[in-house]
Amino acid sequence: MSTPTIGVLALQGDVREHLTALAESDALARPVRRPEELDEVDGLVIPGGESTTMSKLAVVFGMLEPLRAFVRAGKPVYGTCAGMIMVADKLLDAREDQETLGGIDMIVRRNAFGRQNESFEAAIDVTGIPGGPVEGVFIRAPWVESVGGAVEVLATYNGHTVAVRQGNVLATSFHPELTGDHRVHHLFVDMVRNTL
Amino acid sequence: MSSTPTTPQNPETGTARVKRGMAEQLKGGVIMDVVTPEEAKIAEDAGAVAVMALERVPADIRKDGGVARMSDPDMIDGIIDAVSIPVMAKSRIGHFVEAQVLQSLGVDYIDESEVLTPADEVNHSDKWAFTTPFVCGATNLGEALRRIAEGAAMIRSKGEAGTGNVVEAVRHLRQIKAEIAKLRGCDNNELFAAAKELRAPYELVKEVAELGKLPVVLFSAGGVATPADAALMRQLGAEGVFVGSGIFKSGDPAKRAAAIVKATTFYDDPKVIADVSRNLGEAMVGINCDTLPEAERYANRGW
Repeated sequence: MSTPTIGVLALQGDVREHLTALAESDALARPVRRPEELDEVDGLVIPGGESTTMSKLAVVFGMLEPLRAFVRAGKPVYGTCAGMIMVADKLLDAREDQETLGGIDMIVRRNAFGRQNESFEAAIDVTGIPGGPVEGVFIRAPWVESVGGAVEVLATYNGHTVAVRQGNVLATSFHPELTGDHRVHHLFVDMVRNTL
Repeated sequence: MSSTPTTPQNPETGTARVKRGMAEQLKGGVIMDVVTPEEAKIAEDAGAVAVMALERVPADIRKDGGVARMSDPDMIDGIIDAVSIPVMAKSRIGHFVEAQVLQSLGVDYIDESEVLTPADEVNHSDKWAFTTPFVCGATNLGEALRRIAEGAAMIRSKGEAGTGNVVEAVRHLRQIKAEIAKLRGCDNNELFAAAKELRAPYELVKEVAELGKLPVVLFSAGGVATPADAALMRQLGAEGVFVGSGIFKSGDPAKRAAAIVKATTFYDDPKVIADVSRNLGEAMVGINCDTLPEAERYANRGW
């Protein structure tokens, strides 16, 4: 079985935690900040962080179009929290000039669960993840307001969609990389392996 | 939708993981001091990961003298309304009521800061008592671990705020990194004595020895004025930077703020740092730290 090479977009955010989770899920993990580094990976994780900052840096450093092309080419992408915002086709409660890559036909509401005082942990059942619920760490987290017909809802919390997949693009409102439980990363590594 | 699993309804807020995890999300970023909603917008436009709302930047606190306190809640509300990025605010050391007020205003992080005049010369605030996470300054590893023991979820090296001089920031960060490296070399017998020497809880000392890093995110603060300063702190091991007076006391704040953000991301690429450093206008004038009287050294506040 081949070992996929998976990048973590390293413009800003919790990059190191994703690199560790991927390495412990049988992938070669490396940070990606430049277009030529994107050419060398089979899949990409967009980490948690500040989505406005990440989006601005992607524009300034010429990463936005290469990232969009990466998604269009059907390469697997997994976004957590700010990363979920980055792969949304549309946003609510965002600055008008905030660019996203798109990839999932959904509308995502930024900071939907509230400010830091409302950040929380809860057990989340995720379709396709065996072995019981995952530890959901939600930090100023977004939720998915609505999805198109091609989008599979993988998890909800209090009636709000918090994990989705469309084709090779996966997104969660929460941060599996902050826990020792790498089952969601395993799922993503499998998605990448299936494209090789 | 009907086949989608539903989940337990037992959310837990204010856990160590969501407090420390919040700081993890700020890594690789720049947190900027702002005193008005307009400055907060400039910071957000420039790509700041968060803003620190305060009444006066440290350079002005130095100039004006007097007692520096928590900001007016109206001003903090105005800044929270103006931006969508996280908003931090400062309480005085040991002034847990100011911290309670900041928590009730909904700020995302509280900085128990030596830049304000300390309210208690013995005790820092019990930060475990809060849902809102705290960041605290430190000049060395023992100080950092004492703050973590009190519940701090993020540490910043102190530097010397409001000077525009990076020398103290470098000293404090190097000190913390050197002491961590020394712990790495200790065997289990030596860790007990190390904890005593550091005046820090043994469990935290052991954890640092095993991890080779603090158990929380480490940023740098106090004196960063240029893109190269920010990149220097990153190369020395800071996971991000706070910039106070350096931006809004410079000639072209918007441009300098954006340049510092870019240099913080590409901290190891001198070509990028050179590019963003061109034509930034006047940097803040700056103060030589060795001419500062002891009483005006903020880094000595807190212990």
